[in-house]
Amino acid sequence: MSMIDTLSHTAGARRELIAFRIGDQEFCVDIMQVREIRGWTACTPLPRTPSYMKGVINLRGAVLPIVDLGARLGLATTEPTARHVIMVVSVGGRTLGLLVEAVSDIINMSDDMVQPTPDVACDQVKTFVKGLFAIDGRMVSLISLDRVLPETEAEAA
Amino acid sequence: MDPFESIKQTFFQECDELLTDAEQGLLAMEAGDADGETINAVFRAVHSVKGGAGAFGLEDLIRFAHVFETVMDDLRSGKMELTDEVAKTLLRAFDVLADHVAAARDGGAVDEGRSAPILSEMKALIGGEGLDDDDLGGDEDFGFVPMTVAIEGDDAPAFDPPAMDEAPAAFEPMADLAPEPASGARAWRIGFAPKSEMYAKANESGLVLRELARLGEMDVKLDADALPPLDQLSAETAYLHWTVLLTTEADEATIREVFEFVEDDCVLTIEPVDGQAAPPPPSSDLSDDALAAASADAPLDIAALLARVSGEAPTAETAPEPEPVAASEPAADLDVAALIAKAQAPIAPAAPAPKAEPIAKVAPSAGSSQAITPTATIRVDLDRVDRLINAVGELVIQQAMLSQQVMESGLARSSNVALGLEDLELLTREIQDSVMAIRAQPVKSVFQRMPRLAREVADMTGKRVKLVMEGEGTEVDKTVIERLTDPITHMLRNAIDHGLEDPEGRIAAGKPAEGVVRLRALHRGGRIVIELQDDGRGINRPRVRGIAVERGLIAEDAVLSDEEIDNLIFQPGFSTAETISDISGRGVGMDVVRRSIQGLGGRITISSEPGKGSKFTMSLPLTLAVLDGMVVTAAEQTLVAPLSAIIESLTPRAEDVHFVGGKDAVIRIRETFVPLIDVGVALGFRETALPPGQGVAVLVESEGGGKAALLVEAIQGQRQVVIKSLEANYQQIDGIAAATILGDGRVALILDVDALVTTQHRRKPAPRAEKRMAG
Repeated sequence: MSMIDTLSHTAGARRELIAFRIGDQEFCVDIMQVREIRGWTACTPLPRTPSYMKGVINLRGAVLPIVDLGARLGLATTEPTARHVIMVVSVGGRTLGLLVEAVSDIINMSDDMVQPTPDVACDQVKTFVKGLFAIDGRMVSLISLDRVLPETEAEAA
Repeated sequence: MDPFESIKQTFFQECDELLTDAEQGLLAMEAGDADGETINAVFRAVHSVKGGAGAFGLEDLIRFAHVFETVMDDLRSGKMELTDEVAKTLLRAFDVLADHVAAARDGGAVDEGRSAPILSEMKALIGGEGLDDDDLGGDEDFGFVPMTVAIEGDDAPAFDPPAMDEAPAAFEPMADLAPEPASGARAWRIGFAPKSEMYAKANESGLVLRELARLGEMDVKLDADALPPLDQLSAETAYLHWTVLLTTEADEATIREVFEFVEDDCVLTIEPVDGQAAPPPPSSDLSDDALAAASADAPLDIAALLARVSGEAPTAETAPEPEPVAASEPAADLDVAALIAKAQAPIAPAAPAPKAEPIAKVAPSAGSSQAITPTATIRVDLDRVDRLINAVGELVIQQAMLSQQVMESGLARSSNVALGLEDLELLTREIQDSVMAIRAQPVKSVFQRMPRLAREVADMTGKRVKLVMEGEGTEVDKTVIERLTDPITHMLRNAIDHGLEDPEGRIAAGKPAEGVVRLRALHRGGRIVIELQDDGRGINRPRVRGIAVERGLIAEDAVLSDEEIDNLIFQPGFSTAETISDISGRGVGMDVVRRSIQGLGGRITISSEPGKGSKFTMSLPLTLAVLDGMVVTAAEQTLVAPLSAIIESLTPRAEDVHFVGGKDAVIRIRETFVPLIDVGVALGFRETALPPGQGVAVLVESEGGGKAALLVEAIQGQRQVVIKSLEANYQQIDGIAAATILGDGRVALILDVDALVTTQHRRKPAPRAEKRMAG
């Protein structure tokens, strides 16, 4: 799972990404951020939270918040079924679960393959999409998870 | 960590214990206990502090401790008389000594303005004799410095405590060996030579000796002459004999009783020793001095024994435990290294108890102290304990889930799997209890700061106070202990500052000039109760009432019971001190105390009798990791309400529910109206409240003392739940205190009752107007 050192002479560091689908779009995150992938289980909803917060589940004794990533990215709200999966990721010392439709691929790529996000108006896109790249004719958006959780003060207001 | 640093840390930990011992002794002295052993205990403690400080070159501390020690020495030798004044000076000097220790630990220095006067006061007491600053009391008795070298060579940081304790032993062996016997006490010489049969029956000489130590002051001498060289040693033969010199009030029959179970399997001689001076044991015809020397030599004996064993042992593993010192399990198969570690390990902290514990008297000879140390302790990093506790918490949940799943799978209750799970459950509970017990600590660590506080407050207010503490050994979770200090501190200040009258006032009221404040801890009903009682003037109800009216806390014509008036002092913004004093009027009042107690899941109440005093009673959970909760259903969600906030639950009748201004529901409970809060609506889980007459109302009391009824659909029952933080992975949520995991493995939220009640008030005009409906 480590970076592929032998290829480090190419421009840009190589890394592995996990790609997943939400709706008809494909996204990916750095594989190092992903702790595990598990099936969907019912959440305990949290009061007074944004609609993309599905609630919390019990992950071996820890309380794990679940984010509907589709809703968070400004796509449609996900109605989870047993086929949906939760990607458990660590972000800034916290562990959280991302509800996605399915994990589609593991991509091995180098940083120079990433194209900057075109200037589109949507705020969510600017916040979360770090870049785009094409692989096998598909477009995959590289996502930053740093701001997936609602911010304590600013966003609540 | 740098080994030297870690030794230093151990030293400061030791210091804390030594200082506690010293303070106890000083307090006893102040109370008129001029017993030689009490004075000795203080002397030893101060001396040990000085010895340790010498090793680390803590000059200020050494200098101060040395003067202190000299005063104690004079008291001990009878050169100086223990007067009330001396005791008070010593107590104040003790506070400065503690400051010196703290300064040495944290860096920095003690304010000379504090230290110097008390230093000269003490010097005046001893007539300034022998107190050149350079003379630090004879380095020969430090005994510590050479040990330091050994430690560095060995890279084993835990070596110093015995050395520290040996120092006073070498310096002051006499008092330990020939204590002043209490009236009616006799000296007995007991010869105890176990036969191997005794060990074969699983008796232990160590336990017998420990039992013996309970009877009085004793000195144990080991006779290991029969111990053969290793190659001839039989693991199942008893080689060790002991001679015990016991000073006790007990008669021969009582002493014999100690040996009741082993009497047939040992050679036992019990004979009275004439005279009080505790003559030497028969084995050696020693004078008192020689005896003292023998005791001081005890460590050497150990070394000799070790040398004998290890020198002749081809492999350490096969070396049987000689354990001459530890006096237990002589035929066990421990290796030499373990013994060495044992002999040198920091046992001393386990047995500081210098006073009242007769066994501690023999502590100076490292070996025998080990034999009869009541309990051995180890120091463990708190993080490790917390990790263990978390893991056990998860184990409990996992076990509950597994049980539930097995039950649901339709296996018979009598099936092996189900039976095995039952055993597992018992085991899990036991593990949980044991783990919780690891974190439990006596409240002593909090209580021990209080005498000093009481002295300081008394000094500042010109009052005379005697602080009586009880139940210091009461145990409670460490996290609770940490958060107890502030409320108790505040309440104690309050009791002295506001509760007690000044001496003139007390005399005028026909009371002794010295006020008594009692601080007491006890276990009651699975909780810890802390009581703080003063014999002061009690609560001035007309004045409290007047202030409450003045501050708009109550209506002018409100009819309040005495109890309700007393409890007004817990209202925010209430402070009765006419002049805001430096001591208790720091802009906070009893409401802060109440809030911090409630933050711990506890309650505080007051009872007061005018002219006789007041009593505050705090009741707290034993741990913060679990919570007694009531599991309820609201808006189809399972929620947990902390039991500590709940007063009662009731089924509301439709005719008791009224609406104020058309949207805020109130419910009549007996003769009062309290707000009725629909939990599902308050948390935003649904828009419309339950229609009146449906569901269950849970009457709760918020931190401000305000009451409200929480309307839920159903009560599922009471349960103890393990508290899980929401903030760890998410963030705080208004109205939710924490989360927990129920038996079915699902997360349930724990209600923050206070927030629910208060936000309800504040958010009244805000968005959710629809909730007015429904009825």
